[in-house]
Amino acid sequence: MSTPTTSAPPPGTQDPPPAKTPPHRTRSPARTGWRRALRRDWQLYSLAVLPLLFFLVFRYLPMIGNVIAFRRFEPGGSILGEHWVGLRYVEMFLTDPTFWQVFRNTLWLGGLTLVFCFPIPIVLALLLNEVRRRALKRFVQSVSYLPHFLSIVIVAGITLQMLATDGPVNHMLGWFGHEPVRFIQEPDWFRTIYVGSEIWQTAGWGTILYLAALTTIDEDLYEAARIDGASRWRQTWHVTLPGIRPTMITLLILNIGTFMAVGFEKILLLYNPLTYPTADVISTYLYRTGVESNSFSYAAAIGLFEAVIGLILITSANQMSRRTVGTSLW
Amino acid sequence: MVSLPSPRKPRTSVNQPTPGYRVFQGVNGVILTLVVVVTLYPFVNIVARSFSGERQIRAGEVTLWPKGFNLTTYEIVFNDGMFWRNYGNTVFYTVVSTAVAMALTTCYAYVLSKKHLKGRGFLVGVAVFTMFFTGGLIPNYVLITSLGLKNTVWALALPNAISVFNLLVMKAFFESLPDELEEAAQIDGLSTYGILRRIVLPLSKAVVATMVLFYSVSFWNSWFSAFLYMDRTDLMPVTVYLRNLIAGATQGGNAGATTEQLSQTAANIQAVTIVLTSLPILCVYPFVQRYFVSGVMLGAVKG
Repeated sequence: MSTPTTSAPPPGTQDPPPAKTPPHRTRSPARTGWRRALRRDWQLYSLAVLPLLFFLVFRYLPMIGNVIAFRRFEPGGSILGEHWVGLRYVEMFLTDPTFWQVFRNTLWLGGLTLVFCFPIPIVLALLLNEVRRRALKRFVQSVSYLPHFLSIVIVAGITLQMLATDGPVNHMLGWFGHEPVRFIQEPDWFRTIYVGSEIWQTAGWGTILYLAALTTIDEDLYEAARIDGASRWRQTWHVTLPGIRPTMITLLILNIGTFMAVGFEKILLLYNPLTYPTADVISTYLYRTGVESNSFSYAAAIGLFEAVIGLILITSANQMSRRTVGTSLW
Repeated sequence: MVSLPSPRKPRTSVNQPTPGYRVFQGVNGVILTLVVVVTLYPFVNIVARSFSGERQIRAGEVTLWPKGFNLTTYEIVFNDGMFWRNYGNTVFYTVVSTAVAMALTTCYAYVLSKKHLKGRGFLVGVAVFTMFFTGGLIPNYVLITSLGLKNTVWALALPNAISVFNLLVMKAFFESLPDELEEAAQIDGLSTYGILRRIVLPLSKAVVATMVLFYSVSFWNSWFSAFLYMDRTDLMPVTVYLRNLIAGATQGGNAGATTEQLSQTAANIQAVTIVLTSLPILCVYPFVQRYFVSGVMLGAVKG
């Protein structure tokens, strides 16, 4: 896709100003290069100061702050902790049975999310792509994007209302003579509820990038496939899907990267002590131990573990896709 | 093109759909209708509940239309001072946070869009790395607490001041502007700040509007930062008010209501709050949706 280009520049401004063209790839050492760059662009650099300060304080300082996973931390003391305790907190969570339970739950929810929430937008995009009436297509799109714009609190509120004992779902079960199910209190139902509400919220919005990729497929390829006698189905298989493959792979890598960080906020809103056996994940567990019980170092150790796994997952997914299909994020 | 129908090699085109394709179109229509119904039904049901009587809700009679129509629940929520206070907080937090975010994001995106700038790769890397690795909840919490930002708007505005995705969208847009205009302005003696303010920003109204929307919707919808960093109920945004209703931490409604009145409406107070909280988003949604779509496209193509 091309970005909109503006009209041709007015004549006379085509030539670059001579003052701006010192070839800084000459023999001058790096230091002079920097001095020259600073003198020429100091105003630009000055614009970057506040944003860099933001990244330093609110992004990189917390990364360094993870050292409290290996140091004793006193609330109210230094944010980098008091003294080294080595791997004590790591050992603590590795021997904590609750940790392994939330670890399993994380893998379950992450896996189910990947299995359902990744392919459904692709299918939906392919279906939308076959709609011939433009107004209908646009209407379906607008409606399906809507849940994406709502606060997660509203999504959770709606989910709980729908599943309440007097809610529509139980009402429908009543038609089949089924007793009302207390969905919210049942651990067995949590995964279904979570994945279902996730699909409801994200499937429509997820189609956007695929629909964009679909418009870039060359119409001649379909023409050629038709001449070769390919059916509609085979055209989809051999032309459409390969056409959106780069988009699919990019989004798959990103999905794998967020695998461990399963919808923390949504789980926090949907779960309750009764559903902890299936609903409690690493991030909610570390939230409770850290913020609610003030075991900051212990929680930081768990958080660091989660972040490192996330980083490993996304890097290896990226490497694998670069080797096998030649598409990668970086 | 002449297309001869033959049993061995069925040729299809848009104008001559095969019977199989026509069946598919029908099925497709049914599926997409279902998608629309499943997406919209919860909204319709919540709105219907918000106007319904308590008894009818308990009996599970409310589906698409209010049963036992009444406005009592709306009155109760409207009379709750805390609801309005928290609603006002949401507006205030959204405005301040969006202003801070726009200032920082615009400046940095402009810097990053200058291809000749020495050290540009490093500056981009600083931002992009944070997409893949973050400090995590606990160090952030410790940091905000020890900076003394708790219970202030800055605890919400500062840590979320730059969304790297938005930054990349804006950078991509600035890069697409022709260099010649800025060079001409430079010859005319405008400083970098002047160029940004008088030349670049007026040309970027579309992307600025999109970014304001991106940020303000995300700040309007956010709840967890406020939940984490605000200790007092009167500082909460309305999303946390709703969260406390859902979690059963508060009953909602004003203290003056009789207990009978309260118990009678406890369930649909949630519905009313959901409706009132999502109302602003639902009202602007039809008009701004296309900006979101184009913004995401720009970011995805260039980013």
